[in-house]
Amino acid sequence: MESSNKYSVPFVLLFLALVLFFGINISLGSVSIPLKETLNAILGGDLSNDQWKYIVWNYRIPKALTAILVGSGLALSGLLMQTLFRNPLAGPFVLGISSGASLGAAILIMGAAMLSGLFSFGMINDVSLAIASSIGSFLVLLVVVMVAYRIKDTMALLIIGLMFGSITAAIVSVLSYFTNAEKLQQYIYWSFGSVGNLSWQQLLLLLFIIAVGVLLSIISIKPLNSLLLGENYARSLGVNLKKSRYIIIVATGLLAGGITAFAGPIAFIGLAVPHLTRQIFNTTDHKVLVPAVLVYGAILMLICDTIAQLPTSANVLPINAITSIVGAPVVIWLLVRKKKMIF
Amino acid sequence: MSAIVGVNGIGKSTLLRTLGKVQPRLSGIILLMNKELKDYSPIDLASSISVVLTEPLASKNLTVEELIALGRQPYTNWIGKLSDNDKKKILEAIAMVDLDGLKSKKCYELSDGQLQRVMIARALAQDTSIILLDEPTSHLDLHHKIQILKLLKHIAHKTQKTILFTSHEIEMAIQLCDKMLIMNNEYHEFGEPSELIQKKSFERLFPSDSVEFDAKIGSFKIKK
Repeated sequence: MESSNKYSVPFVLLFLALVLFFGINISLGSVSIPLKETLNAILGGDLSNDQWKYIVWNYRIPKALTAILVGSGLALSGLLMQTLFRNPLAGPFVLGISSGASLGAAILIMGAAMLSGLFSFGMINDVSLAIASSIGSFLVLLVVVMVAYRIKDTMALLIIGLMFGSITAAIVSVLSYFTNAEKLQQYIYWSFGSVGNLSWQQLLLLLFIIAVGVLLSIISIKPLNSLLLGENYARSLGVNLKKSRYIIIVATGLLAGGITAFAGPIAFIGLAVPHLTRQIFNTTDHKVLVPAVLVYGAILMLICDTIAQLPTSANVLPINAITSIVGAPVVIWLLVRKKKMIF
Repeated sequence: MSAIVGVNGIGKSTLLRTLGKVQPRLSGIILLMNKELKDYSPIDLASSISVVLTEPLASKNLTVEELIALGRQPYTNWIGKLSDNDKKKILEAIAMVDLDGLKSKKCYELSDGQLQRVMIARALAQDTSIILLDEPTSHLDLHHKIQILKLLKHIAHKTQKTILFTSHEIEMAIQLCDKMLIMNNEYHEFGEPSELIQKKSFERLFPSDSVEFDAKIGSFKIKK
């Protein structure tokens, strides 16, 4: 019951770890910049090398901040979905949000080429891709919300989300089949995900979207906790289930949809971080879990991004692959060691 | 304390769940304190009726204390912070159901009987004048069935709450309940167990070729 005192030490440690990994993330990269100079740049001091300052401020810091937002947001949306659907396999993308985004991106990249006689989509860049994928994910989300309004059964909603995923994946396959190699490569490149390439303006927009998602999640903490008993019990405790379910779905849509629009589909974080957090904190209380998954998600994403940028080399690995390669063994190890899944 | 009895499929659980607004009513009106049930806001209803259902918990990873504390949700603030009064009610519920020793156990560590007592304590913590229980004694052995029913009777008489439950334990209900509702296909009978025995209501409960009711000892016998 005394959750605030019991968990304050782990939270302080987690926060310190977040600061540490943030520092490591921005001090490493393809161009080696001395640690002292990096710290100097963060603190706003003048650097001996203007190029370094430019790299730190316009590339590395936005990228690290994006990683934090992406990790936190995906982890939180995963937690929301797992509790709402009472399903440990649910992730932020079960409602078809990621497939909607993929469809938007695929239509822009590959469909536009086919229809070039009808439309003139001249520019395919980060901005138009973000717009296309957010339109895609929000259209799917809109349909899901409409279905949620009519269907009372949450499990049916889960299956409908998965069906939407299949439909959109199939359309993407058809598009890929008819497109040329160059366009296909461009689409695949998008699907690798990326936390770089965000300008400060885009970053602010993403921050705003995620802040709204987090706020909606915080006001849902109480219904989320009562959902641990099951939907009927939650209702008997005075939870307005319809309203709460809406808020939770919209929060997930904002978090997962917004992130996918800016960073592409990033797997694993949303599914795994809630499990990691439950195992480590040994609780299912959302008053603890909501802030904890935010910090854990951010830390894990920073670590993955640090590895993905292959320090000292000019190559960057696809972040979408790294999150699974790094994260999956951690989850397997935790489950095997504790021998019991906490859900 | 009242029990609803009847054969399988007669609608005992449906009736109970409809009374608790767990499922929508088919027709008719339900009045609670002279006010229609459908006019109650979720929060008002939650402070009037608490339920113990047959469905399993979505998460068994809550501790006993955490689960009972969820019963205070209708009264806590937007984030669910427990006030001193909430904590007092939780401790009272734990004491009444005698769960002190199990307080910090996780629900997956409990036996069926213990878990049922925890669910009853949660309903008690919700501090409602009515508690509805759907088959609270199924899956339990004889000893624990009696333990749960005696506990319910103790709660009903000590706290002056209305406790209504569905059950197949007709003989125990006859001995322990203040009132019983017998559901039959044609008509339903409600009254004190002794009245119902005199009216031969229990004889009509089951087909007469399988069991017969012995009014003298208040129990059923298998027909050979």
